[in-house]
Amino acid sequence: MFNYLTTFPGNGQHMINEDGVLKLARLARLKIDKAASIAAAAKLNSILGYVEQLMKVNVEGVEPMSHVHGSTNVYRADEVRPSPNPDAMLQNVPDSSGRFVRVPIIVE
Amino acid sequence: MEYETVIGLEVHVQLATHSKIFCGSSAAFGAEPNENVDPLTFGLPGSLPVLNWSVVEFAIMLGLAMNCEIRKFNRFARKHYFYPDLPKGYQISQFEEPICERGSLRVPIEDAVRTIGIKRIHMEEDAGKNIHDSRTQSSLVDLNRAGVPLLEVVSEPDIRSPAEAGAYMRTVRQLVRWLGISDGNMEEGSLRCDANISLRPSGSLKFGTRTEIKNLNSFKFVEQALEYEIARQMSLLKSGKEVIQQTLTFDSATGATSPLRSKEESSDYRYFPDPDLPPLVIEERSIHEIQEKMPKLPEAWYKELVEVYGLSAYDAAVLTAERSFVEYFREVFEISSNAKLACNWVTSELFGLLKKAGLEIHKSPIKPRDLGTLVKLIDSEAISGKMGKLVFEEMFASGEAPQTIIDRKGLKQITGEDQIVAIIKQAFEKNPGQLAEYVGGNDRLHPFFVGQVMKLSSGTANPKRVNDLITREINKLRGAA
Repeated sequence: MFNYLTTFPGNGQHMINEDGVLKLARLARLKIDKAASIAAAAKLNSILGYVEQLMKVNVEGVEPMSHVHGSTNVYRADEVRPSPNPDAMLQNVPDSSGRFVRVPIIVE
Repeated sequence: MEYETVIGLEVHVQLATHSKIFCGSSAAFGAEPNENVDPLTFGLPGSLPVLNWSVVEFAIMLGLAMNCEIRKFNRFARKHYFYPDLPKGYQISQFEEPICERGSLRVPIEDAVRTIGIKRIHMEEDAGKNIHDSRTQSSLVDLNRAGVPLLEVVSEPDIRSPAEAGAYMRTVRQLVRWLGISDGNMEEGSLRCDANISLRPSGSLKFGTRTEIKNLNSFKFVEQALEYEIARQMSLLKSGKEVIQQTLTFDSATGATSPLRSKEESSDYRYFPDPDLPPLVIEERSIHEIQEKMPKLPEAWYKELVEVYGLSAYDAAVLTAERSFVEYFREVFEISSNAKLACNWVTSELFGLLKKAGLEIHKSPIKPRDLGTLVKLIDSEAISGKMGKLVFEEMFASGEAPQTIIDRKGLKQITGEDQIVAIIKQAFEKNPGQLAEYVGGNDRLHPFFVGQVMKLSSGTANPKRVNDLITREINKLRGAA
């Protein structure tokens, strides 16, 4: 089974504190300060509070749902169908160098 | 204390499909940067992945070849991490439901065969490539590789030495090339490997603390990195220190491993089923159809070459290195019916010239059926081995059939007794002095007359017959004297 709810270091079973928020922010490569993390923790906990309520529902014997429309086996043959305009993708990136996408350096 | 080495490998096999795993962009290597990209590759809103069926076929093929169980109900999972080579913010992979599980691979090592357990094989997409430029403090991203299909083959921790790890990887490469599902080209990154390694006291059943060496892209580096890591862990343990569980990188210039900046833990990847890709249900019928399409595997061929064709273990190993080798040999054999001779001509003569010319076997100027005809002509003594070699070289240069060359050059071997005896008599008449000496008992003149006969026949007489018939004719003359 997939673990849909990740438990973060917090005060309650499914509550999040500012350290949890800072960890999430690091994983998401977001820069936030302490004050923002406290505010975010409060907001996230109101969502998690709702999740806590949902957790109380008895779902014994119910298969977890991963897909809504019930279809299976949607696939295609292995044929190259190039995008009509790959260069358009490049024109939309914030920064580029030649044909490369340029980003701030990602290694130390 | 004696220690035992415990190694498990995760091999990433890049598949030789035409298009990417979830979109129609080309999966070919070597295009201009960001040429094989589309909205899905760039993770643009509204783009949706659609699975490439060949990837499923290739995964099942490899799974069957590795004696795995094939999962009927498959889902893809999102593995989240933020890195510019993966613009969607997640990699589509399989997590708890890999398509193949619980298999094994038989790995020849020296004169023995080791069976290595295969824990799982799963399908996933590759990420793009980053080039780092510290001067401008920027990273340049090429997304051509993002979305190219991969199979990740995870072994059980059954490998016991760096040499075994190398042998295992070579066997995986042989198999994926044999099945035609990957080119196994290590320079182009088609086969990459992460190695998990730990030491434990000999006889202990508990595993020691392991380290993981990332992204090894040659057989040599796999073995070197493991050697280094064994020595490093050994010295820690022997001096009473502990091995720290960590991810390492191997520097091929220094031959040393060093810690990699710690990435996410498994739970940080926030795996969950990808709602954009409906479940994949594999029918028993599909598995059978794929099985029907599979070629006879290298190990079965090896056994047949030794047991049925009577070839040596060495020859069988050379011929089963690549499927194209054994298929070429098989055609040569079909025409010539002499396995040993066919094998020699393929593995020494043909491979020699192909190597010199820098050609792959499928580009050979000599077609297997023509080589079969040549081998047959040599085997039946219609031409000598020496002439065969001349014809062979001419065939390689011109691509002509052997008979065409033989006819044009008048190379047909003289094997008829009457014809050869007539030439011997000519040689005797031309050299009366040497003949008298030879008949008188000087046997050292035998090679002289063989040479004369070969010269008179312009090299077309069968040397073995010439040899025998000269002795017979001399004995006749000696009897008469």
